[in-house]
Amino acid sequence: MDEKASPTLLPNVPEYSVGEISRAIKRTLESDFRQVRVRGEITGFKRAGSGHLYFRLKDDEAVLDACCWRSSAARLTIAPEDGLEVVCVGRISAYSGRSSYQLIVDSIELAGEGALLKLLEDRRKRLAAEGLFDEARKRALPFLPDVIGVVTSPTGAVIRDILHRLRDRFPRRVLLWPVLVQGEDAAAQITAAIEGFNRLPERGAVPRPDVLIVARGGGSLEDLWAFNEEAVVRAAAASSIPLISAVGHETDFTLIDYAADRRAPTPTAAAEMAVPVRSELLARVLDGSARLEGATGRFLDHRRDRVAGLARGLPDPVSLIETAAQRLDDRSERLQVAIANLLERRRAMTAECGARLRHPRDQIAAKRQELVSCVRALDGAARNAVAAIGARYDRLGAEHRLANGIARLLRDCAGRIEKEGRLLESYSYRGVLARGFALVRDGEHALGSVEEAKPGMGVTVTFHDGDVGATIDGPDPGKEKPARQVSRPKPPVRQGSLF
Amino acid sequence: MAETDAMDSVATMSFEEALAELESIVTKLEQGRITLDEAIGSYERGAALKRHCEGKLREATEKVEKIALGPAGSISTEPMDPA
Repeated sequence: MDEKASPTLLPNVPEYSVGEISRAIKRTLESDFRQVRVRGEITGFKRAGSGHLYFRLKDDEAVLDACCWRSSAARLTIAPEDGLEVVCVGRISAYSGRSSYQLIVDSIELAGEGALLKLLEDRRKRLAAEGLFDEARKRALPFLPDVIGVVTSPTGAVIRDILHRLRDRFPRRVLLWPVLVQGEDAAAQITAAIEGFNRLPERGAVPRPDVLIVARGGGSLEDLWAFNEEAVVRAAAASSIPLISAVGHETDFTLIDYAADRRAPTPTAAAEMAVPVRSELLARVLDGSARLEGATGRFLDHRRDRVAGLARGLPDPVSLIETAAQRLDDRSERLQVAIANLLERRRAMTAECGARLRHPRDQIAAKRQELVSCVRALDGAARNAVAAIGARYDRLGAEHRLANGIARLLRDCAGRIEKEGRLLESYSYRGVLARGFALVRDGEHALGSVEEAKPGMGVTVTFHDGDVGATIDGPDPGKEKPARQVSRPKPPVRQGSLF
Repeated sequence: MAETDAMDSVATMSFEEALAELESIVTKLEQGRITLDEAIGSYERGAALKRHCEGKLREATEKVEKIALGPAGSISTEPMDPA
């Protein structure tokens, strides 16, 4: 009946049931896409309780469901998370019950190192902003740890290198916490190991390490990825036991290096940081010990020498006493002699004084004799003195010389007065008048210039033989001679001033 | 009594502290600026510190163990052959 109703349908096309066609599609998909590599960004990632991983890959055109079974998930080298650009290797599988298909992922690799590095840098910045890498959080390593905890793989070169270098420097008790250092579970194991060491009690059956070394050998960025995982970094930052990170080679840097208290470039270097060199310390102790002995010996010797030296400086007490006794003997002898001498000298002086004493009667007679001779001498001397004065007076002839002297003195004076009078007369203005000049006066005032001679003024004109009254007429009419006449009184004025 | 205390305190000192004090005692003695009594006391303490340091250095024995996790999360150690 289908054939009649739908003549356009090809009669020779086989008819499928839904189940048949679904199976056919599944078969085709799974055979044609048995091994594919798909590049995309992870989104909607979730880990189911069963351990299977479910997510989707997307790009700007389409979305593809993906699933990673637990067995494959454990072998992944990276931990998938949203936003990661990855290349998934797997096969396409169809799920007929819902008409859907999905990628069954066997392995995941990062799409490119650039993407991974960007993820790493973003994570580093975020954790740094939280203060996890602050210098202030870093603790000093113990100088000589008793127990060293090592978190690394139990096999391989890393643990051997660490133990070897520890043995060389200073053999210590080492606790190895074996972990995977690569793969899906590595981060969780490393985190558990760091936290497990920190949880050990101070004096428990398992000794608590004094320092931790978290180590891994070199590898690619993906190989070392576990040490970039946030849980590992946080555990390292939170560790109360000082922690040394030693992941990869010198040039490899992982986030745990930022959170560790010290970063060692290699596992061997971590061992060197963890312990000092025993032989050097032994040498230092022995050196200190030898110096202690030497210094103590010298200290005591020096003081012993000083005591001996000072003792030599002390004088002999017996000789001190002998000297003193001798001095005492000497002084007592001199004392005896001195007293005897003193008494003898006093006795002699007394006898001498006694001998010089005379009777008062004799003394009075002697003094009287002395007095008489003095009186006589005085009498004679007075007589002689009077006679000598009289003789000197006579020799002077005083009366006659005095009279002559006075007469001569008077004569001299008279002569000098006469001479001075003449001199005076010759200096007088009257002499000028005698030569024919006249003096014009207004009262007592001598006129000295024409200005003083006012017209009508009454004046006195003095000639050598007397005065005459006159009146000033006025300015000079004749110009020549009277002017000379009036100006002539000048000399008398000057002369007048001489008086 | 006080001396015994002082000697006891040496026993609990870290190697680093003991070595540092030994060196400071030696320097003090070498400079000779201490009294005789102090010198005797310092020598005795220096000798104790030296014994302590030597003891710490003698303890240098290698022992390598591996952490073993028990079923209930218990932690024990087992000897490990340091390959």
